[in-house]
Amino acid sequence: MAARTKTIRTDYLARVEGEGAMLVRIRDGRVDEVKLRIYEPPRFFEAFLRGRAFTEAPDITARICGICPVAYQVSSMLAMEAACGVELGGQLRALRRLLYCGEWIESHALHVFMLHAPDFLGYPSAVELAADHRELVERALHLKKTGNAVMRVIGGREIHPINVRVGGFYRVPERRELEALVPDLERAREFALETVRFTAGFDFPELEQDYELVSLRDPEVYPIDRGRLVSNRGLDIGAAEYEEHFVEEHVEWSNALHSRVIERGSYLVGPLARFALNADRLSPLAAEAAREAGLEPTERNPFRSIVVRAVELVYAADEALRLIAEYEPPDRPAVEVVPRAGVGHGMSEAPRGVLYHHYRLDEDGTILEAKIVPPTSQNQKTIESDLRGVVERYLDLPDAELALRCEQSIRNYDPCISCATHFLKLEVDRA
Amino acid sequence: MRVIGLGNDWRSDDGVGLEVARRLGGRVLDGEPLELVEALDGEGEVAVVDAVSAGAPPGTVYVFEVGRVPLPARLFGAASTHALGLAEAIELARSLGRLPPRVLVYGIEGASFEFGKGLSPAVEDAAERVAKEVRSCTRST
Repeated sequence: MAARTKTIRTDYLARVEGEGAMLVRIRDGRVDEVKLRIYEPPRFFEAFLRGRAFTEAPDITARICGICPVAYQVSSMLAMEAACGVELGGQLRALRRLLYCGEWIESHALHVFMLHAPDFLGYPSAVELAADHRELVERALHLKKTGNAVMRVIGGREIHPINVRVGGFYRVPERRELEALVPDLERAREFALETVRFTAGFDFPELEQDYELVSLRDPEVYPIDRGRLVSNRGLDIGAAEYEEHFVEEHVEWSNALHSRVIERGSYLVGPLARFALNADRLSPLAAEAAREAGLEPTERNPFRSIVVRAVELVYAADEALRLIAEYEPPDRPAVEVVPRAGVGHGMSEAPRGVLYHHYRLDEDGTILEAKIVPPTSQNQKTIESDLRGVVERYLDLPDAELALRCEQSIRNYDPCISCATHFLKLEVDRA
Repeated sequence: MRVIGLGNDWRSDDGVGLEVARRLGGRVLDGEPLELVEALDGEGEVAVVDAVSAGAPPGTVYVFEVGRVPLPARLFGAASTHALGLAEAIELARSLGRLPPRVLVYGIEGASFEFGKGLSPAVEDAAERVAKEVRSCTRST
């Protein structure tokens, strides 16, 4: 039989944040090569941070992403606070967590309804979905608006919050300002519960992978704003030990660095990992929703991440309501953070997974060195191995359908690829 | 006329839409374009300004009226590198019955979309031209 080479190429991935390209080469009916090429901000922000004051890091790193600025702010603040020997507690930590819940709601609602659901329902994009299922899109917009409102009340702005700083906030809200969010959050929680039921009924492509699942774990609550880093293969470390266990490598086909566990290779961060390692930390309502949806304790089908995201939407709304109910305005909006020479590390759970920051400061708090490891670069190797699995399983599909299935697989990870130019890719044909 | 600018100040000329909006006291949207669906909702005519990359000389200005017809298919098809493109956000608003009757989309051809702040000279000039034009539309209506 003659060698049959088939190449599937997607030059840019619609509905993945940022730009990306994927190449799958099939030879003699076998997957020969899978490459995901993404254009991550190469090391621009790390270089830009050098020479800046430690207090500027939250505002600067928030600009790395238009979808998850709070994640960048929180990881950078945790690192700066660690470098200066400060740890937030009580209501200041609670407010930070509440702000982060707003971002989870906003980001998950966008991804579940606008980017991922069209794949499962057979629509090319949310526009066609909206034409047939207007109520779904209205629901998504309500969820998103609710997340925005939480971010506006605490962060001062919906995107790139300006009210946060190392040590806390510039101004803390009054009780009544937070209480005003309650009706919308209660509605959002109802919508989220419906979303769990709705997504659980999707038809999921078959794929089971044996992942090393990596996420934060908090002693009391589902991990969002801090925690130790754990895995299903026995990892249990603090932020300061991260670089002893993980390494980033250049690969020739991508600007982004690919991360791996030094001892073991690829791993997965994000909703599947958080859920598998922290299901016991969900609120009773979110745990019940997960049970009803039939999620396995350790879910290994990456396509079911959309259901886990919906469960996390329930949790984020529920948790936001709890934090508001228990809120007492703190005496002061921030604790004093006095700079000192040293290093600091910070980790938090961005909606798409663990986000790690590391800074070295001189004695007056000037940043000498910065290192940022976003969740998407941690998932790169795993996305490629999923693609390989998907292509092997669905090799007989026509190219166009196979390419769509590959795109859907990439979207399982909600990758935040180039965060974030959004100019129009416009081509003018004058012929 | 309400003015909405889209873009990212940290990607060189991608910030031109934001710059025009600032000059006109308009709404600055530097997150993802879905925000546009909410921002469009309201009374009166709207001008949306964004950077484009179409291979034309930097500073070239495109204008589309999308109140009744979609953005050109070619533009719509390859809408954006971001989560949801501008064209998709506009069509989404239309599906939901939230699109104002008259929406002008200004696209300004950028020279560079590399990381960094500040506009190229030709794009800076175009920002001023578009700001002037939108201002004069506002006066005449």
